[in-house]
Amino acid sequence: MSAAEEVVTEAPAVEAVPKRAMTLGYGTSLAVLAALILIPLFVKNFIIFQMTMLLIYGLAVLALNILTGGSGQFSLGQSAFYAVGAYTSAILMEHAGMNYALTLPIAGLICFGFGFLFGQPALRLSGVYLALATFALATAMPQLLKLGYFEHWTGGVQGLVVTKPDAPFGLPMGQDMWLYYFTLAVSIAIYVASVNLLRSRSGRAFMAIRDNEIAASAMGVDVALYKTLAFGVSAGITGVAGGLGAIAVQFVAPDGYTITLAISLFLGMVVGGVGWLPGSIVGSAFIIFVPNIAESISKGLSGAVFGVLLFLVIFLVPHGARQVAIVAQQLIAKLKKN
Amino acid sequence: MTAMLNVKDLRAYYGQVQALHGLTFSLNEGSLTTLLGANGAGKTTTLRAICNMVRSTGAIEFEGKPIGARSTENVVRLGIAHVPQGRGTFTNMTVEENLQLGAISRSDKKAIVADIERMYEHFPVLKQRYTQQAGTLSGGEQQMLAVARALMLRPRLMLLDEPSFGLAPLIVRDLFRILGKINREEKVTILVVEQNAQLALELADQAYVIETGRIVMSGNAKDIANNEDVRKSYLGY
Amino acid sequence: MELFANQVLAGIATGAIYACMALAVVMIYQAIDHLNFAQGEMAMFSTFISWQLMQWGVPYWGAFVLTVAFSFAAGIVIERLLFKPLAKAPVLTNVAGFIALYAIINSVAGLIWDFTIKQYPTPFGSSPFLGSQLISTHQAGMIGITLLMLVLLFFFFRFTRVGLAMRAAASLPESARLVGINTSWMIALGWGMAAAIGSIAGMMIAPVVFLEPNMMLGVLIYGFAAAVLGGLSSPFGAVVGGFLVGIFENLVGTYIPGVGNELKLPIALALIVTVLVVKPAGLFGRAIVKRV
Repeated sequence: MSAAEEVVTEAPAVEAVPKRAMTLGYGTSLAVLAALILIPLFVKNFIIFQMTMLLIYGLAVLALNILTGGSGQFSLGQSAFYAVGAYTSAILMEHAGMNYALTLPIAGLICFGFGFLFGQPALRLSGVYLALATFALATAMPQLLKLGYFEHWTGGVQGLVVTKPDAPFGLPMGQDMWLYYFTLAVSIAIYVASVNLLRSRSGRAFMAIRDNEIAASAMGVDVALYKTLAFGVSAGITGVAGGLGAIAVQFVAPDGYTITLAISLFLGMVVGGVGWLPGSIVGSAFIIFVPNIAESISKGLSGAVFGVLLFLVIFLVPHGARQVAIVAQQLIAKLKKN
Repeated sequence: MTAMLNVKDLRAYYGQVQALHGLTFSLNEGSLTTLLGANGAGKTTTLRAICNMVRSTGAIEFEGKPIGARSTENVVRLGIAHVPQGRGTFTNMTVEENLQLGAISRSDKKAIVADIERMYEHFPVLKQRYTQQAGTLSGGEQQMLAVARALMLRPRLMLLDEPSFGLAPLIVRDLFRILGKINREEKVTILVVEQNAQLALELADQAYVIETGRIVMSGNAKDIANNEDVRKSYLGY
Repeated sequence: MELFANQVLAGIATGAIYACMALAVVMIYQAIDHLNFAQGEMAMFSTFISWQLMQWGVPYWGAFVLTVAFSFAAGIVIERLLFKPLAKAPVLTNVAGFIALYAIINSVAGLIWDFTIKQYPTPFGSSPFLGSQLISTHQAGMIGITLLMLVLLFFFFRFTRVGLAMRAAASLPESARLVGINTSWMIALGWGMAAAIGSIAGMMIAPVVFLEPNMMLGVLIYGFAAAVLGGLSSPFGAVVGGFLVGIFENLVGTYIPGVGNELKLPIALALIVTVLVVKPAGLFGRAIVKRV
């Protein structure tokens, strides 16, 4: 083929989000928080469980958002990190008898290390190449978990059953509700930390890399370090989400963490708005509820209904929930003026 | 002489930012006109607006027909060739393929072959390199190729965006000589945007001066060149 | 040594499937700059159309031609209806669109033709090819068709005006518009061609993997891998990549102990990733110099 090298001025894959617009205003944040705290008091256990899953997937989408929206790297391998987190928690709880709350930071740390290491070879890859590499990781993970060597720990194809914790200090609430509030506390902590991370020096470094890698390195940003760091942080948060997921579902098995999960998380990110952290919860809601809605509309064609609904969403708001938020903000500003 | 291109009250926008604030000008058939102005005055935007590559309002008429609503490719197909800033060379294709692309909207195969030969006469350096990847040409050669590619359209009107940009003075002189020849011999109307005001005014017969999106001066190129303000601001003496 | 040679041969036979698919993948990548995740499903749907035609009594080659024509038209229609409106949307939103299209086609095919496995005929017969037990006449025919498509594509892109215009539109859309090329229709044409090539791939693959709505899942993944390995800018690279992936896959299955069918895919992918780490633009891809 040709010897000539193609020169392109590549547009960044992810458009820049103004720093201010990465979060919600105080008023909106408080309203959302109040809703998240109050709703479980009035609904059935099953809905509380779904809300717990909403927060957990929200965390996983948030993690992908930090990687893609923050540092411009793309991953289809998030299900692998989620799986590692889930198994870490499950194994520590069931084999070592460790307290569930303590397993989460360990799951996070292990996944951080795993992601950081995986980020090393991924450094050389970008765009579709990185997508393929992370895809390979996602397809390999369930198979690795099934391997005979680890069966004593992982339970092989059967997986492991995880015990659901009771509320501590004799608090008068059921297991589901306790786990919900526990998850909510963890989620808020991680969300606040993520927002601060992206506002910090490291966050600016991430975004500089996302917008223009060469220029970033010319400004003295250690591109290799920050790219792998972004992978590590993203994997770490995904790992915590995985651990929480294992506790909430009370079960881990290899087939729960296939590429389908990674694709769902990706769709969640797009629907929520790439790079807009509050959108993560909206995206999470989409991937939890829309397949159910599709199923209820038509059992035989649930996939097609899901596809059509997804198309509707991206036609109406190609920039995801973030676009809705921006339009709403402008409307409010206009109303205030009048 | 009749006006070939009539532009009335042209306003152009990049997102929320307005770049042109009601430009009105016209080009006579067969003329060689230059559009002068400082950085950010709106020269490039004017050319882009004519080809509908930027959101704009106002009336643009080419040979009596309104063209404001046409897409870029349909404007080009009317016979308006646009040599963009940065030349727009298809770097991973050969020189000859670049020339063929210039004539892609024509269907007279024999004439196209003849025209390619004619381009090689105008620009002998291109003939030497016709199988070479266009990206391997030097800046000056790429500019020649860009002009040649535009001519392959057999345009009625040619828009050039800073053809001298980044080129050595000698090459610029050469290029401008060829532009003059094309204008006289092939009867192509030319509108050239330039920062090199001195050369452009020598070459052109008409000139417009544009400042922050408005035409501030227009007239015969010689008169403009002798104008005190223009001399101070653009010619530097 | 004989085992090795045999496995390589078998790898070439399976590789032909991936090469076919990879060619379609590269075609669309050239036209639209994205990997289309729904490409395999589109090929699967086309294959079902041809099967249905044959059920209705249309002879093989008649069904073949009709299906290719249908797929070409369908590819264009899909682009005009679903993806042209997303032309200005972010890249990742387009990827989400591919996933949506995937879900729709898969589900509709399942509803019309259900999920039972169907036999699919081959025009080349399935006797051993040149006395070899490892490669059948069908597989040889499939390799032949793949190479033929490659040659045709080469001539199309190199020597026809439409081919030239498509290349121009893909490499520099703005400049292409400035020479009068309707770039939007070039994209639609790219979709049509990719769908047509995909349908041929589907009809060639179906006799090997059998016809069912999920038949292309594995094939598409290997096809992507092959395209990426060969270099996404090179149809030739895609075909070579396809054969290499087929060989990789077979050798891994034979020589690495404890590798069941399930680990073959991840290991083959890992190998490809390793190659990419060394040569990030693929084996035959053009290195792209980024300008700040």
